Amino acid sequence: MSGDLNLTLKVWRQSGPNAKGALKTYKVVANEHMSFLEMLDVLNEQLISEKETPIVFEHDCREGICGSCSMVIDGRPHGPQTGTTACQLHMRHYKDGDTIVVEPFRAKSFPVLKDLSVDRGAFDRIIQAGGYVSVNTGQAVDGNSIPIEQEVALKAFDSATCIGCGACVAACPNGSAMLFTSAKVSHLGLLPQGKVENTKRVKSMVAQMDKEGFGMCSNVGACEAECPKEISLDNIARLNRAYTGAVLGSE
Amino acid sequence: MSLTGLFLILFLTVHLIGNLQLLANDGGKSFNAYSDLMGNNTLIQIISKGNFFFIILHTIQGFMLYFKNKGAKGSKYAVSPKNKTSWASKNMALLGTLILAFILMHLGHFYFQFKFNADALATVNYDGETIIDSYQKVVEVLTNPLWLGLYLLGLAVLAFHLSHGFASAFQTLGLSHKKYTPIINFLGKAYSIIIPLGFAIIPLYLFFTK
Repeated sequence: MSGDLNLTLKVWRQSGPNAKGALKTYKVVANEHMSFLEMLDVLNEQLISEKETPIVFEHDCREGICGSCSMVIDGRPHGPQTGTTACQLHMRHYKDGDTIVVEPFRAKSFPVLKDLSVDRGAFDRIIQAGGYVSVNTGQAVDGNSIPIEQEVALKAFDSATCIGCGACVAACPNGSAMLFTSAKVSHLGLLPQGKVENTKRVKSMVAQMDKEGFGMCSNVGACEAECPKEISLDNIARLNRAYTGAVLGSE
Repeated sequence: MSLTGLFLILFLTVHLIGNLQLLANDGGKSFNAYSDLMGNNTLIQIISKGNFFFIILHTIQGFMLYFKNKGAKGSKYAVSPKNKTSWASKNMALLGTLILAFILMHLGHFYFQFKFNADALATVNYDGETIIDSYQKVVEVLTNPLWLGLYLLGLAVLAFHLSHGFASAFQTLGLSHKKYTPIINFLGKAYSIIIPLGFAIIPLYLFFTK
């Protein structure tokens, strides 16, 4: 068929959290119109028909907004395209005969569960520590009752585009979760509804981040380079600023 | 890391300005006078102890950061990531360790000599006052091709360390701004070239003229 690609895949296979994993080589024929995950689906169908265990990988929306897909393709989280999740990476970016290495996200705080699936529960616990706005239930407030400057709203929205996929942690040589945490702190803290609890939020989210064993930021910038939502390092500076203020300025 | 780093960045400027007197064509008179002042002025001595303290603190913080981050990363990727991050930013610990070795060598050449081995050093007499001929010692060390090579190598390492460290210190302190961050980044790159280059001119000048 036209547009068919004969590919060699080297995929990380690990049968469980404590098992020793290794890269295993597979041959697969994909079509250039497929997405990367569809290519993995084809490989899995092939494995099932050969009575082998299919490769475990996470996916949900497959349209780049849920943050489920978590794989490092040829050394880059979400693959070679910038500002793109793995599910939105299409096989037309590859050539016939290419070899592709697929590994799980790697960080101490993201233990591998099986194959390409890692436990990103640490992110959930950081959010639980303060990544919310406390509001009383009741009548919904009118949308325009709280004035918000357009530029501030846009900045907050840019930070809010973080889908919490964990590519920042996967890309960081220090296994640091600063880009994720700073995006969440920024998107809430920039807006009037979230500003009220900012001091408490910053302190508890950073404390949880440290407790989860994430590394410390040394401003390498790999997170920004790999983030599928192009979250900027400005968020990290904003978090540093807020954290210093929160620690020095609060009781 | 950032605060101690910024202090050490400031120190480099002061150190370079003082050392540029080695280029003066006066047989070392101005450098010797400066060196004598540095060695005997109480205020300078206090700042010098503070400087040692910050070097040690920066080193300890650096090693702690390195081991913590190494542990947090765990295992490595089979394919090393290729993205537009600088080599220096990922090797600050290595560069820093090399700079520490350089500082120890440098102290061994000069500071420890002046402090603990002053009697063995040549002296010079200016207007009836006898002081250590520091200039002679500097020329003696830097005209040795081995030491010259190691000094230039050390300065190259320093250049890479500064190329990341300068701007990084501001980012860590949260000093990020749409207008000023590009200026800070530019200054950081300029500083990382100008300061080591300024230091490098001195041994090269002495090596080829003495």
